[in-house]
Amino acid sequence: MLSFSPEELTAIKLSLRVGFWAMLTSLPVALLVAMLLARGRFWGRSLLNVFVHLPLVMPPVVTGYILLILFGRRGALGAPLADYLGIVFAFRWTGAALASAVMGFPLMVRSMRLSIDAVDRRLEDAAATLGANRAWVWLTVTLPLILPGVVAGMILSFARALGEFGATITFVSNIPGETQTLPTAIYTFLQVPGGEVGAFRLTLVAIAISVAALFASEAIAQRASRRAAGL
Amino acid sequence: MAPHLASPMLSVSITHRLGAFTLDAEFDSEGGLTALFGRSGAGKTSLVNAIAGLYRPNRGYVAIDGEVLTDTAIGRFVPAHRRRVGYVFQEGRLFPHLNVRQNLAYGRWFAPKTATGSEFDQVIGLLGIEHLLSRRPANLSGGEKQRVAIGRALLARPRVLIMDEPLASLDEDRRHEILPYIERLRDEMRVPIVYVSHSISEVARLATTLVVLSEGQVAAIGPTAEIMGRLDLFPLTGRAEAGAILATRVVAHDRAFGLTVLQTAAGELRVPSLDLPVGTALRVRIRARDVMIALSPPEGLSALNVLPSTIAEIAAGEGPIVQMRLDCGGEPLIARLTRRSVETLSLVPGLKVHALIKSIAFDHHAFAGASPSAASSDAEIAEG
Repeated sequence: MLSFSPEELTAIKLSLRVGFWAMLTSLPVALLVAMLLARGRFWGRSLLNVFVHLPLVMPPVVTGYILLILFGRRGALGAPLADYLGIVFAFRWTGAALASAVMGFPLMVRSMRLSIDAVDRRLEDAAATLGANRAWVWLTVTLPLILPGVVAGMILSFARALGEFGATITFVSNIPGETQTLPTAIYTFLQVPGGEVGAFRLTLVAIAISVAALFASEAIAQRASRRAAGL
Repeated sequence: MAPHLASPMLSVSITHRLGAFTLDAEFDSEGGLTALFGRSGAGKTSLVNAIAGLYRPNRGYVAIDGEVLTDTAIGRFVPAHRRRVGYVFQEGRLFPHLNVRQNLAYGRWFAPKTATGSEFDQVIGLLGIEHLLSRRPANLSGGEKQRVAIGRALLARPRVLIMDEPLASLDEDRRHEILPYIERLRDEMRVPIVYVSHSISEVARLATTLVVLSEGQVAAIGPTAEIMGRLDLFPLTGRAEAGAILATRVVAHDRAFGLTVLQTAAGELRVPSLDLPVGTALRVRIRARDVMIALSPPEGLSALNVLPSTIAEIAAGEGPIVQMRLDCGGEPLIARLTRRSVETLSLVPGLKVHALIKSIAFDHHAFAGASPSAASSDAEIAEG
């Protein structure tokens, strides 16, 4: 019962790969956007805020379709990316990663922003009087103090990526080995008579990964929180 | 504002709108400890924040050792991290994610190698924090936090050190414990200090120069003893604690009664025993409320300290209280009496009277700046 078929193993490995890359690539962007939203004073800030949160409230299928229009083989961004940089999203695992990254982005930004808002700006002033320029202040004071929020955001994004279904299947459909991640694999198995066992196995794996991720995030975030509080 | 021919160590002139009133203050410092004194909300913190470069004032000029850091007239503004102005904050502001050693080393990391400054061991020895190095800020007491904060600011090799009410959040005992460290800082480190406080006793003890701020304006500026001796400033310097500062020298100890005899220009004072060698120079603050006036040398009275003096100035305040400045052998003494007493005794300027001070009035708040050697004692008296 517990031996996995090749399709199941492929789905698991693909999910992990997609989730990992989605989280990693959106990390720097989310950090930048979170800082801008938390500290920036510029025209269009509320517009940016709305834009960032759209994937959270729009139907995932709609998000997937928009991604298809923009990043598909003949999309406004997809065509130049493919022709000049060789980056292809359509029907590839990179597309699944992009879809997951977009869907998880608002969660990451929100989590980071909460932490950034909680930083005592006076500590940053103190660092400046000690000779640290803005970049050093951010690196040595702000970043360590927002680490719990950053880690929480990363885990949320990873978890969201693992569970991503609607946008992925709309954007890059359901190709085993390329874009068939755990959720779509489970769904597909359930359509096939006799596939329930495989679906069940995959479900257990999905739960196991989520639980492990949550435990890890709790541990890291707790340690980071304690350090930030000075204990 | 034209620079002086010989640039003062610190030159400040700030105009900035602060809500209810406008901060419009300027002062120079030649070193030592310059205290900015005034009530809460007088603009003191805004003034030092401008020196540190934490904001751009509406109009301002800040120069240290001739180097212009802020000059709104020509649009010059050096950002805080390049000013090398150390800052000890009221709340300490130690980095919670670093331990004490890392906090202390933080400033040193960014200090230019060519800068002169004290070494790590010297600073932690001065402040007595060697045993705290591996602790986290959350595990430090208030007094320990402040000492670490002072050490951190010093190790960044500042050209000027700002201290913004560093003792305000501490209890009486902690304050008493740290004051000697700050005195040593003033005397042993070569760094000019700008010390913000609303406590007259701290200022009386620590300050070389006193700048009195009221509602954003400089009400007075000058050597501490001189400012403390001025009657017109009393509403600002605070009624309860105000008083003159006398320069004294320890001349004898009366072991039988546990007293010490101090010599002033006006006469001898007997105070509860001080553990200081004969010859030590000492500044003594005598609160106006502790001074009584007698027309003739009293008999049958418990007060041991009787100083012959002349009434120099009488300032009739509101209500029943009158402030009076006496001249005791060239040194000023402030007394506070009821208007009724003044009239009953017919006290007028020019009258020779006797000032009486109870020995008990000399508690540990009254003394400051004990320096043992004869050479520095002359400097102490000249300073006061």
